[in-house]
Amino acid sequence: MHGDMAMLLLADSRLPAGGHAHSGGAEEAVRVGAITGPEDLARFLRGRLATAGVVTAALAAAACEVGARPAPERWQRLDAEADCRISAPAQREASRTQGRLLVRTTRRIWPSEALDSLALAVPDGAHHPVALGAAAAAAGCEPRQAALAAAYTSVTAPATAAVRLLGLDPVLVHRLLADLAPALNDAAHEACVIQADDWSDLPAHAAPALDLLAEQHLRTEVRLFVS
Amino acid sequence: MSANHDDHHHAPDGHGRALRLGIGGPVGSGKTALVAALCRSLGPSLRLGVVTNDIYTTEDADFLRRAGVIDAERILAVQTGCCPHTAIRDDIAANIDAVETLEERFGPLDLVIVESGGDNLTATFSRGLADRQIFVLDVSGGDKVPRKGGPGVTTADLLVVNKTDLAPMVGADLTVMSRDAAKVRDGKPVLFTSIREDKGAHSVAEWVVGIVDAWHHEHAHSV
Repeated sequence: MHGDMAMLLLADSRLPAGGHAHSGGAEEAVRVGAITGPEDLARFLRGRLATAGVVTAALAAAACEVGARPAPERWQRLDAEADCRISAPAQREASRTQGRLLVRTTRRIWPSEALDSLALAVPDGAHHPVALGAAAAAAGCEPRQAALAAAYTSVTAPATAAVRLLGLDPVLVHRLLADLAPALNDAAHEACVIQADDWSDLPAHAAPALDLLAEQHLRTEVRLFVS
Repeated sequence: MSANHDDHHHAPDGHGRALRLGIGGPVGSGKTALVAALCRSLGPSLRLGVVTNDIYTTEDADFLRRAGVIDAERILAVQTGCCPHTAIRDDIAANIDAVETLEERFGPLDLVIVESGGDNLTATFSRGLADRQIFVLDVSGGDKVPRKGGPGVTTADLLVVNKTDLAPMVGADLTVMSRDAAKVRDGKPVLFTSIREDKGAHSVAEWVVGIVDAWHHEHAHSV
């Protein structure tokens, strides 16, 4: 019951953990002309949810389980699973930065052994979904709620960035997000089917276009977003 | 920018860390010039770090690095995702991360300056990020700006009105600006500068030395 409230807080773009400065590849996609309007954006979001969204949801769900029985070795192993599922170095760095900021913020909101042990086990910053799952556990969420929050933020960040960068109608973009509800549920479901600690079977969907966008973005001179 | 610092966070109450000074204000008012001037004036006597919040690029950070007023590695740039005010007020996580990274790499420091991206008159720093803040206006923005007020003008610990050398050219009346600022600021200080003419912004630097001394005094037992 506390889990619902915590999930809302964790998924809220107003959570002060640095998420507002990440576009999930949308800024570069806008720059190269891959997103020019609502139709492109809808396809981008659907693709992102089906790939990076599912992977991040699965990692968050697994991290939420670890958070219930935290141990340094388990955090390090799960973080390594995240590492090998994020191919682009630019994305890895962005993910670790977001994870570090999220742990810092949520440790003050939900002081807990889960987050303390993660901060000690991965001191330079755990990957964002691992940090999100740990925070979800600290806040009283179930793995499914952690997965939902992770999948949800994987599409809201680029959607908001596209509104800012292209001046799209924000109501129309929210309709696009609402249309993703069934896909979001599917992603959370897929994220939670893996047996505890058998992490080699966690989803590892690749999104080469997102990888390339992330790498190009890092080399673009004029950037408003970190990623 | 990663640093191994998750388990030695500084206490939010300020003990054992540098004073954090926010410098905000509209685009083009001279925030970066003021930061450079302060580095010039204070660099010899204080241990400094600087965080910039550039809107598009690392231009402000690059300007400071080129100016050579402070070691390049003591300047970190934060990106703000189109919303410079969000990064200094509503979601300060990236700025806190940058400040703590500087303190860990080069600490102990006396002063960390956080320069906001150019924004509007309502943009102020969260108390969670800045212990004190300066708001920078310039005379060419119009001499009505102090009267219009807004949280930056009314609540900043120091209001700096820059580019006084331009006043005759833009028809700005400094007496009016001074009188209006005093009215809306409830006795808090206002300084008029022309950083183009006074490369060290000495009156502002003197004010900063005062607040750094007070900060040290207040937190002396643990610094």
